[in-house]
Amino acid sequence: MNRTRTLLGALGTLVLLACLPLLALPVPGVLPGYTYEPGSLQLLALCWLTAALALSYHLLFGLAGLMSFGHALYFAAGTYGLAIVLDRTDVPLLPAAALVLVGGIALAFVVGAVSLRVTGISFAMVTLAFAQAGNVLVRRDQGDLTGGEEGLALATAGVPDALVGVVNTRNLYWLALAVLVLVYLVVLWIERSRAGHMAAAVRENEVRVRIIGGRPYLTKLVVFVLAASLATVVGMAYLLLQSGASPATSTADFTLTLLVMVVLGGVGSRWGAVVGAVLYTVLDQRLAELAHSDAVAGLPAVLRIPLSEPMFLLGTCFILVVIFLPGGLAGAAERLAARRRPVPEGAAA
Amino acid sequence: MSTLILLLATGLGLGGLYFLVASGLSLIYGLMGVLNFAHGSFLTLGAFVGLAAGNLVGAGTWGGLLLGLVVGALTGAAAATATELGLIRPLYDRHIEQVLVTVGLSLATVALFEGIWGPNPRNVTRPGWLASTTDVLGARVPNTAFLNVLAGAVVLGGIVAFLRYTRYGLIIRAGVENRAMVTALGIDVRRAFTLVFAVGGAAAGLGGVLATQSLNYVSPHMGASLLIFAFIVTVIGGMGSLTGAAVASVVVAVLQQLANFYLNNTGDLIVVLLLALVLLVRPSGLLGRPA
Amino acid sequence: MSGPNVLEVRGLSARIAGQEVVHDVSFEVPAAGVTAVLGRNGVGKTSTLRAVLGLVERSGEVLLDGVRVDGERTDRIVRRGVGYVPEDREVFAGLTVAENLRLAHRAGPGGTTAEHRALVDALFPDLATRAAQRAGTLSGGQQQMVSLARALLNDNRILLVDEPTKGLAPRIVGEVAEALAAAARTVPILLVEQNLQVVERLADRVVVIDAGRVVHTGPARDLLDDADLLQRLLGVHAETEAAR
Ligand SMILES: Nc1ncnc2c1ncn2[C@@H]1O[C@H](COP(=O)(O)OP(=O)(O)OP(=O)(O)O)[C@@H](O)[C@H]1O
Ligand SMILES: [Mg+2]
Repeated sequence: MNRTRTLLGALGTLVLLACLPLLALPVPGVLPGYTYEPGSLQLLALCWLTAALALSYHLLFGLAGLMSFGHALYFAAGTYGLAIVLDRTDVPLLPAAALVLVGGIALAFVVGAVSLRVTGISFAMVTLAFAQAGNVLVRRDQGDLTGGEEGLALATAGVPDALVGVVNTRNLYWLALAVLVLVYLVVLWIERSRAGHMAAAVRENEVRVRIIGGRPYLTKLVVFVLAASLATVVGMAYLLLQSGASPATSTADFTLTLLVMVVLGGVGSRWGAVVGAVLYTVLDQRLAELAHSDAVAGLPAVLRIPLSEPMFLLGTCFILVVIFLPGGLAGAAERLAARRRPVPEGAAA
Repeated sequence: MSTLILLLATGLGLGGLYFLVASGLSLIYGLMGVLNFAHGSFLTLGAFVGLAAGNLVGAGTWGGLLLGLVVGALTGAAAATATELGLIRPLYDRHIEQVLVTVGLSLATVALFEGIWGPNPRNVTRPGWLASTTDVLGARVPNTAFLNVLAGAVVLGGIVAFLRYTRYGLIIRAGVENRAMVTALGIDVRRAFTLVFAVGGAAAGLGGVLATQSLNYVSPHMGASLLIFAFIVTVIGGMGSLTGAAVASVVVAVLQQLANFYLNNTGDLIVVLLLALVLLVRPSGLLGRPA
Repeated sequence: MSGPNVLEVRGLSARIAGQEVVHDVSFEVPAAGVTAVLGRNGVGKTSTLRAVLGLVERSGEVLLDGVRVDGERTDRIVRRGVGYVPEDREVFAGLTVAENLRLAHRAGPGGTTAEHRALVDALFPDLATRAAQRAGTLSGGQQQMVSLARALLNDNRILLVDEPTKGLAPRIVGEVAEALAAAARTVPILLVEQNLQVVERLADRVVVIDAGRVVHTGPARDLLDDADLLQRLLGVHAETEAAR
C-alpha cells in the first residue's frame, strides 16, 4: 500500500519534470526565466546530470565506504573520450559512446585494481594522484588531442541534429533527465543486488566479510568499476549538453565538489545525493550571480570579498553541515519526520 | 654531465619543498589518523602573509626575506592551531568527518584567498643572489635550490631533535605507535595533537614563503598544487613515517626533474607511475609499518 | 581488610564496534588486597577493565573512592590514581625501556615518588641494565616487567592488571606473581588472571564473568575449593589444575 503510493508519487514527479519544457512556469529565485526557456532548461539539465554523477559517487562513498578523491577522472574520460572520438573519427554518436564506455571501464579497472591495494586515507590519496595524472594529460594537450586549457568543442558532424544547438535544448533536457533516471535505477539495482549487500558489509566490517568467506577486494573493485562507468556515461551526456569538454571537470576540486554534494544530502542516502547535487548546482549558479550584483559591490570589503566567492560560502556551509548536521539533509529530514510522527498510544495525554 | 648535476640539484631543492609540506602531513596522519586537506592553505596563507611582512622591511632584501620566513612559519602555525582547536578537536576520533572538514576548509580558504589577493599569480621581488645561479662543476644551479635544501634539512633536523629530546616528542612518538596506551598512562594526548598541527603548519608556512622564491610568484593555488605531490610523497614514504617522507621527497622530486628533461616533460606522470609501482610492491610504502 | 571500597562498578556496559560485549556488570574492589576477575576466553574481562578506564564506549557508573568518574576522559581517570597493565603488555616497541618508563612518570600528588622508583628498581633490576634497549626487542617476560613497572612507578590508588602471566614461561610466571604480591602490600589490585595457581597465591576475592555478565562473587578460597563450581563457572577440572 505504502510502496505503491511512493511509486506513484515518484512517477508523478517524473512526469511533471518531463513536462517542464512544455510548460511556462516561473520559479523565481531558482530559474532565470520560465521553465520552457533554454536558459532554464539548461540549468535544470545541468542539475539532473550533476545529480546522476553524485549518485555514482554515492555508490562509492555511501554504499561501499570508499572515499575516492579521483572520481572526476572517469567523468572526464566520458567527456573528453567522446569529444576526441567525435572530433577525430567519423564514427557516429552511439557506437562512439559504446567505445568510450569500454575505454572508461578499462581505465577504472586498472586504476581501481592498483588503488584498492590500500585502504582508507591512503586510498583517497592514491585515487587523487591518478586523477591528477589525468588532469595533467588533459591540460598538456599532447598531440593536440584535448585542446589544453581551452578545452575541446563538440564536433557535431556525428551527432544527430536533434541534439545540437540552443533550439534543441529541450531534447538535451530530456536526455539529461533520462540519464538521471537510468543512473538512479542502476544504482538502486546494484544496492539491492548481492554485490551491493556485500559492499555494504565490507563498509561495515571488512574483516568479518573475509571470515565468512567473502572477497572484499573483489567486491570493492566491482563497485569501483560500476561507479566509474556510470560517471563515464554521465560525462558523455555532459559533453552533449555543454557542447564541449573543459579541463575544470578533470580536477581534484571537481571530485571534492561531488563529495560536498553527497555529504550535504546525507551520506548513504540516494535521495540525499540527488537533492544535494541539485541544491549545490542551483546555489552555485545563484551565488555566482549574487557575487556580481550591485548590492554586493556596494558593501565594505570585509563583507564584499566573502560574499563574492561562491566557493567560500559553499565550503563554509559544508563545514557547518559536517559539524552540526550529521547525516546531512536526509538525516535532518528523517529526524523531522520522526518528530512529526504520531505520538505512541501510551504517551498520549 | 653538467645537465645531470643541474637536474639533481634542482631535484634536491624541490624535494626540500615537498618535505616541508609532507613532514606535517605525515606527522599529523601518524599521530591522529587525520588526512589534512587544508595543509595547502596553511602554506598559501603563510606565503602571502610572510611576503607582506617582508615587504614592510623591503621587498628583495635579505632582512625582508628573513622576516618573511619567520612570519610565514608563525602564520602557518597559527592557522593550523586554530584549525585543530576549532574544527578537528570537536570531531575527536571521527576521522571521516575530520577529513571532510579539512576538505571544506581548503575549498573555502582558496576561494577566500582568490577574493582577497586575486586569482592570478603575482610576481615577487627576490634578493639578487636568490635570483641568480651558482656554478657547480659546470652546472648553473639556481641559488634557490641551496636555500630549499638547507631549509628542508634544518626542518628535518629540528623535528627529529624535537621528537627525540623533548617530552612532547616522546609523547608524539609513543602516540604514533599506540595512542590509547598513551592516554592510559594519564597523558592528555590532545595537547600533542595541537602541537603536531602547529609544527606541521609552521613547516608548511615556511615552505610557502620559500616556494615563492623558487617559483618567483605567489598565487592562491600554489598550496593545492604542492599538496598533491606532498600526498604522493607521504604515501610512497609510508603514511606516518617522517624519514620515509624525507627519502620519498627527494626520490620523487629528482625523478620528476629527470623525467621532465629526458622524457619529454613527463615528470608528473612518472611520479604517479612510481606511486602505482610502490603500491603494487609494498602497499605500506617504503618505510611504513605493514598494516 | 574491610573498609570503604576503592572502586565500585555499577551497571557497567561496554560496546565494541557497535556491539555490546559487557552487560550490566556490577562489583566492588576493597581498599586492600587482590580482587581477581575470572572467566573463560572472550567473556569480556578485558573489555570490563577497558570500560572502567573509558577506553571503550560504555554506560553505567564507575566510582573511584566514592567519586563518579564515568564521565571523564581516560587520562583524567588515570591521573586520579589508576595504574593500568594491559593485556599483551602494550609496551611502546619503538621506544627504549627508559623512554617507556619516562613516559609513565606522573608529577604531583599520586605521581611518581622516590619510594616507588626504589620499589621498581628492586623488583626489576634487569630494567636498569637494559635502559637503552628498544622495548620491542625485549623478551615477553621482560616486556611484562616494563609494563608492570610503568604502573608501579606512581602512587596509585588502584592497579588494573590484565593477564600478566599470559604466554610466559613457568619460571617467569613466578617472578611476575612475586612482583604483584609485593605491589599488593601497598596498593589494591584488580587482577584478570587465567592461571589458577597465580589466583590462589594472590587473590583474596574473585569476580567471575561469563558472557559479559557477573555470575559469581565471593572469597577466592570458596571458589577454588569447590570443584563443582569451578567446573561450572570456568570449565576447568580442579584435579588437573591441582596436578600441574
Ligand atoms: N576489536 C574488537 N572488535 C570486535 N570484537 C571485539 C573486539 N575486541 C573484543 N571483541 C569481542 O568482545 C568480546 C569480549 O572480549 P574481551 O577481550 O573483553 O574478552 P576477554 O574475557 O578478555 O578474553 P580473553 O580471556 O581471551 O582475554 C569477545 O567476544 C570479543 O570477540
Ligand atoms: Mg582479555
